[in-house]
Amino acid sequence: MSDTSISAAQPPAGEQEAGPVVALRGVSVDFDGPPVLEDISFSVAPGETRVLLGPAGVGKSVLLKLIIGLLRPRTGTLHLFGEDISTLPEERLFPLRARAGMVFQESALFDSLTVRDNVGYQLIQERVPDGEIDSRVREALSFVGLEETFSMYPASLSGGMKRRVAIARALIHDPELILYDSPTGGLDPVTSTTIIELIVKQRDVHATPALLVTHRLQDAFTLCNHRFDAEQNGMVPLPAGETNPNTTFLMLEEGRLILDGSLDELLHTGNKFVREFLE
Amino acid sequence: MATSAIDRTAKQIVLAVQEYSLFAWRAVLNLFRPPVYWTDFLMQSDVIGVGSLPIVILSGFFTGGVLALQSAATLSEFGATAVTGQFVGLTMIRELGPVLTGIMVAGRNASSMASELGSMVVTEQIDAMRALGVDPLRKLVTPRIFSSIAMLLLLTIVADAFGILGGAAVTVLISHQNGTQYLNSAYEHLRYSDIIQGLVKPLFFGYLLSSIGCFYGMRTTGGTEGVGRSTISAVVTSSVLIIAVDFVITHILLTIFPT
Repeated sequence: MSDTSISAAQPPAGEQEAGPVVALRGVSVDFDGPPVLEDISFSVAPGETRVLLGPAGVGKSVLLKLIIGLLRPRTGTLHLFGEDISTLPEERLFPLRARAGMVFQESALFDSLTVRDNVGYQLIQERVPDGEIDSRVREALSFVGLEETFSMYPASLSGGMKRRVAIARALIHDPELILYDSPTGGLDPVTSTTIIELIVKQRDVHATPALLVTHRLQDAFTLCNHRFDAEQNGMVPLPAGETNPNTTFLMLEEGRLILDGSLDELLHTGNKFVREFLE
Repeated sequence: MATSAIDRTAKQIVLAVQEYSLFAWRAVLNLFRPPVYWTDFLMQSDVIGVGSLPIVILSGFFTGGVLALQSAATLSEFGATAVTGQFVGLTMIRELGPVLTGIMVAGRNASSMASELGSMVVTEQIDAMRALGVDPLRKLVTPRIFSSIAMLLLLTIVADAFGILGGAAVTVLISHQNGTQYLNSAYEHLRYSDIIQGLVKPLFFGYLLSSIGCFYGMRTTGGTEGVGRSTISAVVTSSVLIIAVDFVITHILLTIFPT
């Protein structure tokens, strides 16, 4: 998790040629009613960051939970790390999930555990020695700039701090995929920028494939138009006209995928719903 | 219209029973497949066992006392106050000790299991646990079920002992009878089948109250209001089922060990 690996902004050549980290084909979901998601197909390639846009209530969070196997599709196939998880038994999903990291909308920190135990939860379950857990938790907390919260409980943290601790928890295990569920939802602009900066840092330093759910266009554009500068230890804008080629967009409308493409395609689409959303 | 509503309700009940059966069965099987969270088992044993000790001691003591008071009045009409010890001892060990302890522990722990797990469900902590690669059934439910079974067995023995002591206190201090006679009467008429009957029941009650508490907690929906609903349902269902299952177990055990 050190910043020295900034040169790894592009995924290794072997990974570029590997299959997608996530692949959905014709996935539909319902909860004993009208479909929440219908005929969804897309993939996330190694090193790619996909931004899933859409207004509230179109099924963005449901889609994220599907990808990590917390929900099951009614129809279609869903591959995670090359394995079809649409019909995989729950006990076989746990090792696959452990390879991914997820940041929940409301952080979902364990309120009876300290920040140390929250961030190091996976390591504690794997019975990693205490000393190693402490050092890795401190490293993860330093990545999100919250070393001082090590012994605190989630109840004494602000909303933005909880979100950053949740990011540290998702990253501590060096995940092969990160899912962010509205990581800036309900936060003030300054804290939102801090969170987006962390996501850009993770993308540019570790080239970890990611799927980010948001309904905030400014977050999506910031991700596309900025890069992480290791020397300044912060996010800097890309030169005018340049965008991050590994950051692409998906858009949902009432459970259907209506856009799958680059920033350019998003900005120049003829789809009326997308145009209204952008305006 | 009415037929379809009945049909829908019947299906929901059957589905709930099926879900509960699968849930409870998987929780039991988890004890025999690694990983087993022994630390959580010990922590839950402390919460359920040590935490419930005061209420079990008090309820057992006063129940024994009430039994002695009520029986002394009736038995004196037949000149049989000498068998008060036998009456209190057998009633506590065979029936009231296990049932009262079960209901007291259900009130305290089935509710806490339902509300704790329910709160974790509505705040996505259970989903977070699953996303981190940890099975919540294995981590949260299995330790609670097996701690409840083990602790209810021990708590029932404590309740029985304090019930007999409560009866002795009433017999000596209020009814002014001989304490040695009371204890001799309680001990001499006790058979192994009575003890077996009294110790088999808490195994079932512990399983029932914890699996129902966890089941309602894990299927909580509807935010904080839903947590409240789950808690009420867990206490009501486990208390009623303890009494119903007590009837069935008593009937079976009386067939095996006729009086």
